[in-house]
Amino acid sequence: MDLEFTREELAFREEVRAFVAEKLPADIRDKVDHGQPLGKEDAVRWQKILFQKGWIAPNWPVEHGGTGWTPTQMYIFDDEMGAAGAPPVVPFGLKMVGPVIYTFGSEEQKKRFLPDILSSNVWWCQGYSEPASGSDLASLTTRAVRDGDHYIVNGIKAWTTLGQYADWIFCLVRTDPNAKKQQGISFLLIDMKSPGVSVHPVITMEGDHEVNETHFEDVRVPVENRIGDENQGWTYAKYLLTHERTNVANIGNLKRTLRRLRREAAKVKVGDSVLLETPAFSRKVAEIEIQITSLEFTVLRVLSKVQRGGAPGAESSLLKVRGTELQQAMTELLLEAAGYEGFAYVPENGQPINSKWTARAAANYFNYRKVTIYGGSSEVQKNIMTKAVLGL
Amino acid sequence: MDFSFTEEQNLLRDSVRKFVEKSYTWDKRRSLLESEAGFSRDNWASFAELGWTALPFSEADGGIGGKAVDTMIVLEELGKGLVLEPFIATVIFAGGILRRADDKSRAKHLPKLIGGEAVYAVAYAEAASRFDLFHVETTAKPKDKGFVLQGRKLAVIAGNAADVLIVSARTSGATRDKSGVTLFAIDAKQSGVQRVGYRTVDGLHAANVTLEGVTVGPENVIGTLDQGLPLIEGAADETIVALGAEAVGVMQVMFEQTVAFCKERKQFNVPIGSFQVLQHRMVDMYMEYEQAKSMLYMATMAQDSGQNLAKAAAALKVQLGRSGRQIGQAAIQNHGGMGMTEELAISHYFKRITMIDMMLGNADYHLDRYRSLPG
Repeated sequence: MDLEFTREELAFREEVRAFVAEKLPADIRDKVDHGQPLGKEDAVRWQKILFQKGWIAPNWPVEHGGTGWTPTQMYIFDDEMGAAGAPPVVPFGLKMVGPVIYTFGSEEQKKRFLPDILSSNVWWCQGYSEPASGSDLASLTTRAVRDGDHYIVNGIKAWTTLGQYADWIFCLVRTDPNAKKQQGISFLLIDMKSPGVSVHPVITMEGDHEVNETHFEDVRVPVENRIGDENQGWTYAKYLLTHERTNVANIGNLKRTLRRLRREAAKVKVGDSVLLETPAFSRKVAEIEIQITSLEFTVLRVLSKVQRGGAPGAESSLLKVRGTELQQAMTELLLEAAGYEGFAYVPENGQPINSKWTARAAANYFNYRKVTIYGGSSEVQKNIMTKAVLGL
Repeated sequence: MDFSFTEEQNLLRDSVRKFVEKSYTWDKRRSLLESEAGFSRDNWASFAELGWTALPFSEADGGIGGKAVDTMIVLEELGKGLVLEPFIATVIFAGGILRRADDKSRAKHLPKLIGGEAVYAVAYAEAASRFDLFHVETTAKPKDKGFVLQGRKLAVIAGNAADVLIVSARTSGATRDKSGVTLFAIDAKQSGVQRVGYRTVDGLHAANVTLEGVTVGPENVIGTLDQGLPLIEGAADETIVALGAEAVGVMQVMFEQTVAFCKERKQFNVPIGSFQVLQHRMVDMYMEYEQAKSMLYMATMAQDSGQNLAKAAAALKVQLGRSGRQIGQAAIQNHGGMGMTEELAISHYFKRITMIDMMLGNADYHLDRYRSLPG
């Protein structure tokens, strides 16, 4: 057991730190630092900078444009990105459909789709959930009926995050209505410009337009846009869920938010002191810091296992549950710190009415209720652990 | 001891409930929320006609001498409808200050307030005050026979549409002295008063108010010079009890809607309410709701009996913070993605219950206050 980073790893950390310090645009850093939402242009601009450097897809195999880093290097990279206030990459292309394409796609699909994902020239969104299929995803009913060399797709996909910007959507669709639930599902890539696709905004409680409902009405999708075999889509989607989860705790992000919380709470005057120094608040902050540390070491243990050739199992669920709880706890404390300044409603691209950091405190607290619901709710994750860990 | 309501109190509850059902459909609420004032003056006139704005005031002041229990009933029902009219800001908070004031101030202001002709708002919070009512940096310096006010107030609920602002200002002593605070009633449209109005995250409206050389006469003083703090503190404690009643109404709706949703919504071919983990979370909501309601009754009785309201209000506020947080977060989690949408009412109740914790001091603040108060 060696708990130290190697000299090479420490040098790598320096390299990443220097790069972000130099290349991260100040306006993007500022937005992230004040909890403001990023627009499409912001995300694409930063991702193109990472692409230029060759660091856009550390999780990908080298032959497809990955970095060839060890899991520890990937961890260091994420940690430094978070520390510097760099926004996490938009996951739908780079973390979700990309790995599915290079793992299960045809050579032609790889050539056609991967370069545009790496360069952020094409924006992807995810079509999994449906209005009646949330936690019970396998009950999905969006139909794809074969018609010659096309599928005709009909149905509704719910919660398509940032779908308003998307060029393409990856969808789970039912190709065999008679098969058992998980069987009979296929994985389709659909051009959002196809006739019959329409995107309907869903406004979330904080007032932002982040998610949509995507409708498919007799949408013709070439069969060549299907990933892998017909009726095997569930296997591909499941692979994605278990293999893309080591960074699900997003420790770099948690640590960055903690720093932000400390910084802002140190400015809030309470009598002759500041909020951060008050016993009640400082205990809550310390509690979070300790929990982040334990989660971080859990991540490191998982990484070490992966580095030795193992795959993360139930730990992915642990990381998702605890990581999201900590994210929520910090948005809650930021709102508490904002106090009366946090009352003013500021829309997603609006000007702050009070100080900049308090402008979105309530919006972020409200919005972050989603994190224990999406991507497999905490209840679903606990069911997974019940099976995998308890054997029940 | 009898916790049941009188026939009159039941009638009062019915009348508020009917108003909410008839005048507060979701569409109507939405249009009010998006309007500039943030509420309806017509509704406000109805409140006055129905006698609700007169409830907490003595007959001598033109009121109907209701008890805290009566306002509790009104506010529970207003809370269930997420009603936007500034009943708490004007009738309870500003009214609570005025009720404690001198004869002249009461005679000047209460008829207008009770009659629904003028909306009152209390401007107390400042950038550095946090939740301390005595922390007042806004100054009122003597000039001729009157005063000149200078300073800035934050998050004045209903301050955007108010006709009269009750402002705390320092007439002597240091920033955090408990004496030396004086309350002034000023015309919101008076020169030197600048208001930046905005919607609040929970659907109310408020304003930040800058006072730039606002000249007032001695008749604008509410109560006694330098002795304004007990007035605003007493009124604030009554406001906490009122917020408690509203919150309990909000919690009841959140609990009921969540249970109804979980019975209706199916996943894995069964209602999600059949899952034990969701059931237990809803039972926790039930327990939190009942505990909050009990605390509300306790504080309401303390107010009516005139016994240590401060400590009762502090205890209530701690309970509201805890219960509101659990019920609010649980309601959204059990609703899943649907609970995140602006379209479903549950998210609006969640936003309101969240912000009630922050009004007049959050649970941590009142826990410290509770510890420090005798009794």
